Amino acid sequence: MSLITIERKILEKNDAIASENRKNFSSKNIFAINLVSSPGSGKTSLVERTLNHLKNKTKIVVIEGDVQTDLDAKRIEALNTPVVQIVTNGACHLEANLVRDAFGQLKENNIEILIIENVGNLVCPAGYDLGEDVKVIIASTTEGDDKPLKYPAMFRNSSVLIINKIDLIPFVNCSIDAIKKNALSINPTLKIFEVSCQTGAGIHEWCDWLENQIKNE
Amino acid sequence: MHELSIAQSILDIVNQHLPAGNTTHVKSVKVKIGKLSNVLPDSLRFCFEAITKDSDFEKTLLILNIIPITIKCNDCNRLTEINDYVFSCPSCDGTNINVVAGNDLNIEEIEIE
Repeated sequence: MSLITIERKILEKNDAIASENRKNFSSKNIFAINLVSSPGSGKTSLVERTLNHLKNKTKIVVIEGDVQTDLDAKRIEALNTPVVQIVTNGACHLEANLVRDAFGQLKENNIEILIIENVGNLVCPAGYDLGEDVKVIIASTTEGDDKPLKYPAMFRNSSVLIINKIDLIPFVNCSIDAIKKNALSINPTLKIFEVSCQTGAGIHEWCDWLENQIKNE
Repeated sequence: MHELSIAQSILDIVNQHLPAGNTTHVKSVKVKIGKLSNVLPDSLRFCFEAITKDSDFEKTLLILNIIPITIKCNDCNRLTEINDYVFSCPSCDGTNINVVAGNDLNIEEIEIE
């Protein structure tokens, strides 16, 4: 009987491809976002708002991840934005190789921002690096203010928190201050934006921040 | 259910470490799982059993070593194991901290006979 002692990361294959993706994006001066949230928080609506706000000044491309359908890609295409839809056929998260292959299908030059919309899920995508510059997490007011405490890994691994659906605050049992307090207890360095993709409130501030990131690339 | 692809990755890595020839039996595989890694131990055990059924690894024991979250305060240097997912220093209330353990998702050891 013998023991083989190794110390190998189980997700090393994904991490290696993610790191190639990161190098690739960085060499092209692309700022890459991994957009995560639970289903129905408003990821695609945020992408649409962002595209409408920035489309005349910034070259943005989108990779959509969904378990089924190309409904989201159609919404992005309608805004004349290059998009590739990844259908995971049941898988609960995107992996770095899927993003590499999808990015390879985009024939655009001079891309400034790549938005990767992950599968709606606050658990599994947390462990999978895609090669992004930042993870942006959306928490919407209709989900309640305890989400950060229930899904700490995802909030811990994100750099930006977008609180969406602030227009619904009068109708839901949720406090924006409590979302912030809970999120900051898990990740004190989170940059937070409060938006409504329905009314457009707060989108300007988010897009300003995004534009500044391109300048820093 | 990303535990299924994690179980598959464990088997892939174990296979890479087995000596040439097909005579060895893998008795156990020891895996470190950090509490911040978002892997559910029971679910991983279930998936590992499912994918090793009727294979050479059917009798391989999956040993899970659960690693608590430890933070290090960059202001006062204190190391603290946390259970409540509050990422601030209990000593000085500082939030300038690093997670030094708890993200782990590693294979540590393979026992063969």
